[in-house]
Amino acid sequence: MALEEDEYGTIVRALGRDPNDLELGMLGALWSEHCSYKTSKALLRQLPTEGPQVLQGPGENAGAVDIGDGLAVVFKIESHNHPSAIEPYQGAATGVGGILRDVFAMGARPIAILNALRFGPLDEGRNRHLFQGVVAGIGGYGNCFGCPTVGGEVYFDRGYADNPIVNAMCVGLVAQSRLRRAKADHTGDVVLLVGADTGRDGIHGATFASVEMDERSASRRPAVQVGNPFLEKLLCEACLQLNELDGVTAIQDLGAAGLTSAASELAYRGRRGIDLDVDRVSRREQGMSAYEVMLSESQERMLVVVRPQAEAAARQIVDHFELHADRVGSITSTGRIRIRDAGAIVADLPLKTLVDGVPLRSPAAAFPDKPPSPVWPAVDEPEAILLDLIARPNLRSRRPIYRTYDHQVQDNTVFGPGFDAALLRVPGTGKALALTTDGNPWYVALDPYEGTKAAVAEAARNIACTGARPMAVTNCLNFGNPERPQVFGQLQESMRGMADACRAFELPVVSGNVSLYNETSERNIPPTPVIGMVGLLDDVSARCPAGFQEDGDLVFLLGETREELAGSEYLRLLGAKLEGRPPMVSLEMERRLQAALLDSIGRGVLRCAHDVADGGLLVALAESALFGGRGLRCPAIVGPVSREAFYFGESQGRVIVSVLPRRVPELQKLMAHHHVPLHAIGVVGGEDFQVGSEIRLPLDTLRAAWETPF
Amino acid sequence: MRTGIVVFPGTWSDRDCSHAVGEILGEPVRYVDHRARTLDDLELVILPGGFSYGDYLRCGAIARFAPVMEAVADFANRGGLVLGICNGFQILQEARLLPGALLRNASCEFRCEWVHLRVEQSDCAFTLDCRPGQVLRIPISHGEGNFFADAATLESLERAGRVVFRYCAADGRVTAAANPNGSLRNVAGISNARGNVIGMMPHPERACEALLGGEDGLAIFRSAVHALTRVAV
Repeated sequence: MALEEDEYGTIVRALGRDPNDLELGMLGALWSEHCSYKTSKALLRQLPTEGPQVLQGPGENAGAVDIGDGLAVVFKIESHNHPSAIEPYQGAATGVGGILRDVFAMGARPIAILNALRFGPLDEGRNRHLFQGVVAGIGGYGNCFGCPTVGGEVYFDRGYADNPIVNAMCVGLVAQSRLRRAKADHTGDVVLLVGADTGRDGIHGATFASVEMDERSASRRPAVQVGNPFLEKLLCEACLQLNELDGVTAIQDLGAAGLTSAASELAYRGRRGIDLDVDRVSRREQGMSAYEVMLSESQERMLVVVRPQAEAAARQIVDHFELHADRVGSITSTGRIRIRDAGAIVADLPLKTLVDGVPLRSPAAAFPDKPPSPVWPAVDEPEAILLDLIARPNLRSRRPIYRTYDHQVQDNTVFGPGFDAALLRVPGTGKALALTTDGNPWYVALDPYEGTKAAVAEAARNIACTGARPMAVTNCLNFGNPERPQVFGQLQESMRGMADACRAFELPVVSGNVSLYNETSERNIPPTPVIGMVGLLDDVSARCPAGFQEDGDLVFLLGETREELAGSEYLRLLGAKLEGRPPMVSLEMERRLQAALLDSIGRGVLRCAHDVADGGLLVALAESALFGGRGLRCPAIVGPVSREAFYFGESQGRVIVSVLPRRVPELQKLMAHHHVPLHAIGVVGGEDFQVGSEIRLPLDTLRAAWETPF
Repeated sequence: MRTGIVVFPGTWSDRDCSHAVGEILGEPVRYVDHRARTLDDLELVILPGGFSYGDYLRCGAIARFAPVMEAVADFANRGGLVLGICNGFQILQEARLLPGALLRNASCEFRCEWVHLRVEQSDCAFTLDCRPGQVLRIPISHGEGNFFADAATLESLERAGRVVFRYCAADGRVTAAANPNGSLRNVAGISNARGNVIGMMPHPERACEALLGGEDGLAIFRSAVHALTRVAV
């Protein structure tokens, strides 16, 4: 139990009596940070959540956005950090399973999975074990289920040793007319529990996710659930058919806090009550108590609420998939959740107290000073540095990871993993969706406000590089123990940055998840907000790739480079301490840059566009060369800043593009129109990657370094 | 080409196959439930990819007991065209409609990537449209595609020209580097003796549109269409 003493007092006052053990267990789970957001809720309120495109904002199983043609894209990101730290394969697998259910509970067919991962350095055995287990778990679940894993990111830093970050995002599609809400608003409706039998796995998972980890955490292994992607596939197909059935009023995933959370949220959203008979729940094990049944987090289960006259038809669908449906209860008008066991009432709680009664917390916040950046050493051998950089675990090719994921099933993948954003066509239309996750942890560690702005800006830029217009955001907030003032200060500043950036780009946040208490042995993880973003490309034939396309094309840098090196991979390579001011995002400049990008891609001016991100300009150029399998010749490139900042600094708001020579005047005109600086870089072609007289690397040499295995 | 696509619990490339044959080639397609007992109306039966019954046991080991498999065997024995893709290939082996076994990839990892296939046999119903030695670019997506057969079986397959596809480099050379899973002699696909049943690990249904990276998979479905027309004439 993770309840505080004053919270217990609040419960007693609300009930007018002491809760019994079962009630206390239910309250403890729903009042946990993981389920209640009691520490983050006030901060989350500053995020923009509305816009003409929003069909469903936060508060449902997932958010939904209008993409025209009567279709909605449904998406959400969620963390599974704590389970993955204990049992990496199952932790990651069930993270994927949980987010898939959130999407198909909305009636949407899952079409893509992305993952944001953070681990400690791989030269330590424990980190490698976590990394391999998590990657295998993601693949194991997604591949078997049949949803492509199309993108995401992975970073390595000492701060994540023992406490990896495992965030899974799922994207689905549904006809708007069939977009489903998990709101049981008809008294007398029948509540069916569909899918897996209930076992003792995962009891207290939500509570486990709401406390810091210590040496006893390994003994909480039974709090980690075990996944069955095959059953999930059947459950998904059954739910998608149930969603088409008249008389189905709500579908709700059983996730954290299991039946307790799913049943109470369903009924509370519909302003009704719910009666449940725990003895009707099919069990995997004998002798389970009501407490265990109500708090089990067994996977692959769904609550389906149907009008009584539709029950037979619903059962027919469930039977077709050789699943079973237990009639576990009914919707009432009492505003309470009542649990019966063998006829006797064993719990009786007002839903308002259970779902919405937890007192919000606002812990003390501390904001450390932000010292200016020190002076960095000048770069000696840029060629050797580039080779070293591009082989670093944070920058090298992710192919060894993503080739273990099926990234093509369902036949929609236009740009798979490994680029700025994945691009999936929307079947039956000429459109495509661009998908990405972003969140550079070092910028946020240096300055949570600027770093989080940068995460939003980079995600939007990645989407814009494909030609798609950013539409909406889902976020996953991975932070340490909020009871520590410095951590809560990070969270506050990060939320302020996210709100400012989302407002500036008119990007509503439609779903998300908060994971606090990422603390092991008193060490907190670096603050890690992750932005998941979805963009829309109206005409998939206008898409823009990230690699060089033709010899002779001219390469330009769009945007402004500043004397910014703090937080860069270059400095980590040099072994410098993480200090100084991270790259600053001018939201105004970033807006202009992205408008200019979309304008020029829309007019067919660009042959390729690639975000200048981690590693800086030379790494971005090398990546475009490697993506396209074409060399590059640059005369000595001179920027307005020091050579190291120009080559390896990570100033935001920059993109490299290539164009046909005859279209250069158009590009110049467009950039002048949008007030975006344009800097000539070089010419595509040859077998070498060549910059002035300093760097001349055969593409094969560059590729060998980039493809260093993990 | 009246095509049936068998859906076992856990099958997931059923919709992709339907898209390729139904929407891209414009041929009539229907799904066939794993409990179905008759396939009489069909000319081509596809056993698509996926994880039938979760494949928690040996891949395809449970699917072969599905009622539809008896009908598939009858259909094949009467000369009907049967194409097993990925999990479908594994199921055809378990059902003894094709020889050999598909072991865990030599890398011990799942592999999803584009590979090159050399067409070794252009007489079979699924390669009529190909030239012998033609190189097709088609993706794989499997954890257990490492083709194995005992020496005598392998020799008889080779002698009878029943190795239909081999993993190869882009220029058609059959090399160890081009072998993504450790398959003996780079075998990627084989046929039965009559040539009407083939199994292949790569996914031709994923290679039917330039937008998605290539169209070489179309040749396999088109060949089946032509094979059926030829029989009809």
